[in-house]
Amino acid sequence: MIGLAKKLRSIGHHVVDAVWRTGYAARFFFLILLYSGTSFQRFRLTIKELFSSGVMSLIIILVAGMFVGMVLGLQGYETLKRYGSESALGSLVALSLVRELGPVLAALLFASRAGSAMTAEIGLMKATEQISAMEMMAINPIARVVGPRFWAGVISMPLLSALFSAMGVFGGYVVGVVLIGVDQGSFWSQMQAAVDFQHDILNGVIKSVVFGVAVTAIALFEGYDAPPTAEGVSGATTRTVVQSSLAILILDFMLTAFMFQGD
Amino acid sequence: MPPQALVEIQNVNFAYGNRPILKGVNLSLPKGKVIAVMGGSGCGKTTLLRLIGGSLRPSSGQVKVDGQVIHELDHNKLYLMRRKMGMLFQFGALFTDMSVYDNVAFQMREHTDLPEEIIRDLVLMKLHAVGLHGTHHLMPAELSGGMARRVALARAVALDPMLIMYDEPFAGLDPISLTVVGNLIRRLNDALGATSIVVTHDVQESLKIVDYIYFIADGVIVAEGAPDEIKSSSKPFVHQFVYGEMDGPVPFHYPGGNYQQDLNLKT
Repeated sequence: MIGLAKKLRSIGHHVVDAVWRTGYAARFFFLILLYSGTSFQRFRLTIKELFSSGVMSLIIILVAGMFVGMVLGLQGYETLKRYGSESALGSLVALSLVRELGPVLAALLFASRAGSAMTAEIGLMKATEQISAMEMMAINPIARVVGPRFWAGVISMPLLSALFSAMGVFGGYVVGVVLIGVDQGSFWSQMQAAVDFQHDILNGVIKSVVFGVAVTAIALFEGYDAPPTAEGVSGATTRTVVQSSLAILILDFMLTAFMFQGD
Repeated sequence: MPPQALVEIQNVNFAYGNRPILKGVNLSLPKGKVIAVMGGSGCGKTTLLRLIGGSLRPSSGQVKVDGQVIHELDHNKLYLMRRKMGMLFQFGALFTDMSVYDNVAFQMREHTDLPEEIIRDLVLMKLHAVGLHGTHHLMPAELSGGMARRVALARAVALDPMLIMYDEPFAGLDPISLTVVGNLIRRLNDALGATSIVVTHDVQESLKIVDYIYFIADGVIVAEGAPDEIKSSSKPFVHQFVYGEMDGPVPFHYPGGNYQQDLNLKT
């Protein structure tokens, strides 16, 4: 009987805790938006963060994009060859990248490269009282530290995903046209004919903006909410990668269902 | 007539959840003085600073700074009040991604429209005042503990505050740095005409530099007085604390139940 009561109490405790944390996260997100003025009035602060989250992620994004495109080229060619439509390789590579793989994989890489770094940085700033020091200096840390990082993430995500897709298309071209010998003219012309600006590219951009918001918001919240200990910060960093990866995949399904229904 | 108080803490109670930290504390900081608040670890000293800085609200009672009740101020007024306060955190809390120069210049850039040349002069003056001229290009990771504390001190007084708060300024310093930081606290206070509150458990160093001392234990003020009165105090707690005795009113043993019973010994 006592065991059951204990269990019930523990479940209740967890539920209350989760609801409380969700509310706290929502409030945090609202405050980021409320104090976003600084990020744009003093755009230099945002540019500095664009460098550390965007530019520093370039190499991993470009290399990964290239290889994903090359794999698509190989796999696509193998499959299309069975139906004698190797010339459609260009459209297959481009559509898979622009609609799905570009935004999703770039966001997953961004979460593990830049998201985890953001969480660790903010968590350590909190643990070493830098955030409290800022508050005591009458400087709002959400406006000064969190806001610029958030907007840098939101701005760099679609750009990184576009670069990922571009590198992927190039990788597909290298494997399909240069190595395997698919006709160059049909590779590019099929791609041009198949990819629609609004339906494919714009929807891909919308996806990557949504992922950018989700990843940075999760990363910043986890950092800001991390217990000020070594364990706390490492736990928060792990949670950032796990939660934002899941968020990306779940959001991707939802967005795809909305965007491409009835196709 | 006694000097006017800059900070007045009246009958303040504070609890974290169900755990009471401060129970009816009364304390006042006269203008121009350096006051020490002492007590064992976890007795609520830092909480007191957070109440003065407005990051915590008392459960009851009030904290007045410069005639204004801190917890009644709205966000903007609180931030205006904080511009007149400087705080030195326990381990300096320097911004690790900025150089020494940028750390000291930080508040000047955020809160004033001063041209960069004047900021430069001010930063060099502040660094000179703490004896660290020529270190402006270093990063916090390149500083020793004592130097970092002094840079943080230069940053805390960057805007010439009326109230300077020190959270354990002596923790983890070597004897030379200890004396240096202690002297700086006194000198900066007198040079700026400020008022300082030093939260510490370093008895010997603080007795040398402060004007008045409050002792906190179990959330209440158990003793207060000028350094000489404290040194000669006959109160058992103060005596144990000042002379660092192992046992006394603060017991050596954690109240962990019956030891012999835990070892299964027959009594």
